Amino acid sequence: MDLNLRHISHRYDDVEVLRDINLDIRRGQIVCIIGPSGCGKSTLLRMIGGLERPTAGEVLQLGVPPADCLNPLTYIFQDFALLPWRTVEGNVSLVLEDHPMDAAARQEIIQDVLARTKLSDFRKAYPRQLSGGMKQRVAIARALAVRPAVLLMDEPLSALDSQTRELLMDDLVDLWEKENYTAAYVTHNLAEAVRLGHKIVVLSRRPGEIRDIVEIDMPLSARTTENTELEAIQKRLWQLMRDEARAADMELVDE
Amino acid sequence: MSDKTAEKNHEGKPVPFRGGGFLPRPKKIVAPVVFIALIAFWEFGSRSGFISPLVLPAPSEAFDAFLNLVNTGLLWQHLAASLQRLLIGWFSGTLLGIIVGTLIGLFSLARSGLSPLVSAIFPIPKIALLPLFIIWFGIGEGSKVATILFGTFFPTVIATYGGIDNVDRGLIRMGQSFGLTRMSIIRKIILPGALPAILSGARISAAIAIILLVAAEMIAAEYGIGAYILLAGSLMATDQLITGVALLSILGLIFAWIIGRAEKYFLKWR
Ligand SMILES: Nc1ncnc2c1ncn2[C@@H]1O[C@H](COP(=O)(O)OP(=O)(O)OP(=O)(O)O)[C@@H](O)[C@H]1O
Ligand SMILES: [Mg+2]
Repeated sequence: MDLNLRHISHRYDDVEVLRDINLDIRRGQIVCIIGPSGCGKSTLLRMIGGLERPTAGEVLQLGVPPADCLNPLTYIFQDFALLPWRTVEGNVSLVLEDHPMDAAARQEIIQDVLARTKLSDFRKAYPRQLSGGMKQRVAIARALAVRPAVLLMDEPLSALDSQTRELLMDDLVDLWEKENYTAAYVTHNLAEAVRLGHKIVVLSRRPGEIRDIVEIDMPLSARTTENTELEAIQKRLWQLMRDEARAADMELVDE
Repeated sequence: MSDKTAEKNHEGKPVPFRGGGFLPRPKKIVAPVVFIALIAFWEFGSRSGFISPLVLPAPSEAFDAFLNLVNTGLLWQHLAASLQRLLIGWFSGTLLGIIVGTLIGLFSLARSGLSPLVSAIFPIPKIALLPLFIIWFGIGEGSKVATILFGTFFPTVIATYGGIDNVDRGLIRMGQSFGLTRMSIIRKIILPGALPAILSGARISAAIAIILLVAAEMIAAEYGIGAYILLAGSLMATDQLITGVALLSILGLIFAWIIGRAEKYFLKWR
């Protein structure tokens, strides 16, 4: 299943947030969305997932999601969004309970995703007992449980310290190598964007417009640190971003 | 391994400690000691004539009155009458309060229609309405239960919708993003999220229920701890009065203990 964003514009009352966004998210591709703070990245992602309606334009699904897919468009949130009163297992179970399946099948899915995210030993733990990185892995397990067609990630690593971020980034890369998931990945971290993105969309400051789209053909497994080609791309992205970020900064002072 | 240069240095004085404190911790034996000491002082004062028996009876006399109450079997009649009113009134008031609070918490129509009403009626001392309740529900059990129900209903409504308002919107959005049904979101995300607030509301409403119980029983009740206290008061039987008050205190403590247990059980994830 592909997604097609057509002429998306949005305003909150008299604040124009997004202006004429046109974008393709193709199957098996990770699309990274970067842009200065407040340019409407999170808003755009909410629209892709159907949590918010754009003022103008539409998000189209091309083709049908695979038959075994329980929730085609699935989020991974920056703040994890785990229910503190449910265990790790219970949090994964939550998103399966509304689908018709017997308890054994549900258990099987839960065991499987927890094993894939290396969380099997923590099945009975409550979120407060887990570190930030572990919580995000639970959120990833929960997202995998519904076999999404597209993963929507809003700064999933931003709440974590930099070492944990590295580790989880590797997990995301490994996972992609195995399953070739489709994703829209919002971040303000350029290193993450060049590490993970097949396509990097640079938004301008508010109102967010597409400034540039950078495609990176290099396979994810070949993208090691200290790669000159990637560094060149990152530098170029930084130049694009810097002017926007600086201008956005100035605007805030005016308001 | 340690810092070699640091080991060689022997001069200087230790950094003065200025942390600690501001962390009161319950010490188990202090409370009983204070309690026993106070009663012993009171008993001693009464026996030595330092506290006049007209002002305050000795604890032993109050205990005699209590034993008398037990022996005549009246204790159970009073307790049964009071507990029945208390439980029916408190339970139905809390249940209705949770239901209405949930409606106000979830639906715009209920919120705009009911919440001003709740705010207007909440501050009225329900005792003032007791004569009205007697006209409406009769002088028997009806008016007493209604007073307690009414008195516990409003704080529960307010606690419930306050709790729902404070549920993390991010969790609700998460539920929607996974396509959970509306009912699932309410049952599995909103209500458990509001539970801490509902339970602390229950604590408050239990205390209110006991106050209203006594007030209601002071008007036309044959049995009940309130009636017992009223009778003792009109006979100037201060020993019985103290017994009645002690019973109320114990009742309140038991309620608080039960709710504390419920909190421990339901909120063990915190
Ligand atoms: N519900 C809302 N009502 C009104 N304004 C909103 C709402 N949500 C977001 N905004 C505004 O829209 C703009 C874009 O918000 P958004 O959260 O999408 O930005 P962002 O690019 O994700 O920013 P960040 O990098 O800080 O996460 C901001 O100026 C924000 O103040
Ligand atoms: Mg954002």
